[in-house]
Amino acid sequence: MKVGVVTFPGSLDDRDALRAIRLAGGEPVALWHGEHDLRGVDALVLPGGFSYGDYLRCGAIAAHSPIMAEVIEAAHKGMPVLGICNGFQMLVETGLLPGGLIRNDHGDFICRDQKLRVENTDTPWTNGYREGQEITIPLKNGEGGFIADGETLKRIEGENLVTFRYVEVNPNGSLHDIAGLRNDTGKIVGLMPHPEHAVESGFGPDTAQAMKSGTDGLVMFQSLLRQVMAA
Amino acid sequence: MAIIVIEVMPKKELLDPAGKAVLGAFHRQGMSDFREVRIGKRFELHVEGDVTDAHREKAKTLAEDLLSNGVIEDIVDIRVEDSPA
Repeated sequence: MKVGVVTFPGSLDDRDALRAIRLAGGEPVALWHGEHDLRGVDALVLPGGFSYGDYLRCGAIAAHSPIMAEVIEAAHKGMPVLGICNGFQMLVETGLLPGGLIRNDHGDFICRDQKLRVENTDTPWTNGYREGQEITIPLKNGEGGFIADGETLKRIEGENLVTFRYVEVNPNGSLHDIAGLRNDTGKIVGLMPHPEHAVESGFGPDTAQAMKSGTDGLVMFQSLLRQVMAA
Repeated sequence: MAIIVIEVMPKKELLDPAGKAVLGAFHRQGMSDFREVRIGKRFELHVEGDVTDAHREKAKTLAEDLLSNGVIEDIVDIRVEDSPA
């Protein structure tokens, strides 16, 4: 299965995302923001970073990149898309996911191993988790505060679109502790924390068993492959 | 020569952490006259020659599609000003 990762000017975690796909057993394909070519991929990851220096609004300029025309078209046709951090910001900027992301309420950049609860496993990116499972993956952002107006929040909760919720610590003032969302079909998922940084023992978050042994993020990429095998 | 000025502000009901940080600086300087600070953006679109209706129309479209995000921000003004020399 071919999974594309789009590199934008200022992307940081594109190579980590490619590596995560490879470790999960997929075929990673590097894509470039300036082209109109998805190179025949079956799914897409929009990676983290600071595209265009976060100028204008986080993800806003990248959301208007040439390749995004193809990304949005493919997403509307049902291609699985995962937006991580800056990629999540792009997904809300394009309107593929509801709400918005603003500066953390405390005003600081935050970097920590973050506990999340998986609230929805009915997506290609989360079907390998158990409903309600708690996972720990790194979080690192300055503008990760999820907001939406009352009506949108009601719809998000009512339609069970919350996919990940912060547990114990709400690191950025996100409403309803929302860390990640899916769209109505479940194919499009966005989250602020970084699953691609928790895919290989020795390089992940600490666990009760051993330092840096956390690989909870790998399941997200394995879920995608499992979904396709089953289809 | 004229410019089109577009002003965008964070929505009133949303917390503006950057504005809050500036208000904190006021307080540390002993300045308590102001209750709130909100930080927005001013865009200046420069054109060759005069601003036409077509320019205004395009500026409005850009303001809505790219320069602001209606989920978190409001366009508070779009106007034509004399270009600063």
